[in-house]
Amino acid sequence: MSEDTTSEVRARVGEIYRAGSRQILATLIRLLSDFDLAEEALHEAFAAAVEQWPRDGVPANPRAWLVSTGRFKAIDRVRRRTRTDASLAELAKTIEAATGEPTEPDDEHIEDDRLRLIFTCCHPALAPDAQIPMTLREVCGLTTEEIARAFLCKPATIAQRIVRAKAKIRDARIPYEVPPPSELPDRLDTVLHVIYLVFNEGYSASSGAALTRADLSSEAIRLGRLLLELLPEPEVMGLLALMLLHESRRQARTSATGEIILLEHQDRSRWDRNLIEEGIAFIERALTSRRFGPYTVQAAIAAVHTEAPNTAETDWAQIVALYDLLMRAEPSPIIELNRAVAVAMRDGPAAGLQLVEAILARGELTDYHLAHSAQADFHRRLGNKPQARLAYERALALTKQEPERRFLERRLAELG
Amino acid sequence: MKYLCLVYVEEKILHAMPRHERVALSDDSMAYCDRLQKIGQLLAASPLHPVETATTVRVREGKTSTTDGPFAETKEQLGGFLLLDVPDLNDAIRIAAQFPAARYGSVEVRPMKEGGCA
Repeated sequence: MSEDTTSEVRARVGEIYRAGSRQILATLIRLLSDFDLAEEALHEAFAAAVEQWPRDGVPANPRAWLVSTGRFKAIDRVRRRTRTDASLAELAKTIEAATGEPTEPDDEHIEDDRLRLIFTCCHPALAPDAQIPMTLREVCGLTTEEIARAFLCKPATIAQRIVRAKAKIRDARIPYEVPPPSELPDRLDTVLHVIYLVFNEGYSASSGAALTRADLSSEAIRLGRLLLELLPEPEVMGLLALMLLHESRRQARTSATGEIILLEHQDRSRWDRNLIEEGIAFIERALTSRRFGPYTVQAAIAAVHTEAPNTAETDWAQIVALYDLLMRAEPSPIIELNRAVAVAMRDGPAAGLQLVEAILARGELTDYHLAHSAQADFHRRLGNKPQARLAYERALALTKQEPERRFLERRLAELG
Repeated sequence: MKYLCLVYVEEKILHAMPRHERVALSDDSMAYCDRLQKIGQLLAASPLHPVETATTVRVREGKTSTTDGPFAETKEQLGGFLLLDVPDLNDAIRIAAQFPAARYGSVEVRPMKEGGCA
């Protein structure tokens, strides 16, 4: 075989790895009932492809070849280990018993496996701080180092969370399955929440790490698209729309020097119209289903902004009405705070101030910097300088994000 | 009269033990349980997987909450137990959530370890 063909085949293997390694992994996890064994099997299968395909040719169904090769490699490995560790004997039997499996897994089966993988990584019995790294690693194929860099923590911390999660999946026997319809809404909530957290982590970017964090947002959008493909539920559309509409403003929300630009000052011509159009189409589809939930409503709120040329001409009455809807579906002090900001835009800062102070008086959101900065902003607009100063200072003491801190410092300086 | 004996250990101490000591502890415990079973004084006994494998199930206002970890409310006291034999954790969570007391308290679901504790 010529060198040219060898490098061509290698390139083809690389292509299949990039496009399909997560699907193959998802199937191997089902066949082997073990995450680590499946990962090893995946790598051995690709190594075998690099070695054998230049010689024997690329098989007609590369994915099926990789799955069955990976499975046989894993059986071999477990057999070898069984000789030294009796407790593995049962595992070996279980894997070999799965021989009834068709050699060419059909597409529907493979899609199911990807959905199984997502629901398993986002299982509510796993610690919330493990659901995210498990999803990014197993479903998206990010390395532990990439996840650690994106979340600004040590690779060892991420690795430990993943190890613990896998141990729990194995020892507590978390099944590899898509939840039955009766449990789907609750379980889907957890999945959507994980995806949204990943998105937000990438969206509230600090200037220094802006690049890696934007990657996190696009990873979340990619996950949202994958989930929608596998499970076309209205709330999946709602979440995807919400992420697309936020993403559309990315270029406009920070200045060249990384300073925050508030919605009212953003250059709306820099909003990405393609993302907006795509997002709005999803919202419309979700709304017509009549089974939409909080993500769709939040996306609808974001959509109202995109339809207005500026803050003054925004339909704030509609935004308040949508927040009312959201409060009924999912009451939370954060939504109440956002509603207060919309009410202030509709009825003036005094009305907003009254609502925010009521939230803080209940002892809620007292540690949330945005509650204090909203309060400060209302006081500023009402001309109450001393109260505005105090509230900005409280917000400044609570914020952890550098651009946010600089923004608040600027506001304080402007108060004089 | 039936009694439920709950065994508490500091997992760190167990993990720090040399393997042969842990195996001896496990073997001795199983031998002891065998003797008790033979004379009809023991109904069931089993080591549990480490506390990291625990899942806590609560039902409030008709909604099931499933969280990672053991029950954390110190004001709640152990009130009873159910020993389940089901295929997986989802089944265990489902059964725990339908247990009436889950609406008031917490049900900690711990997987049992098969084949000794070493």
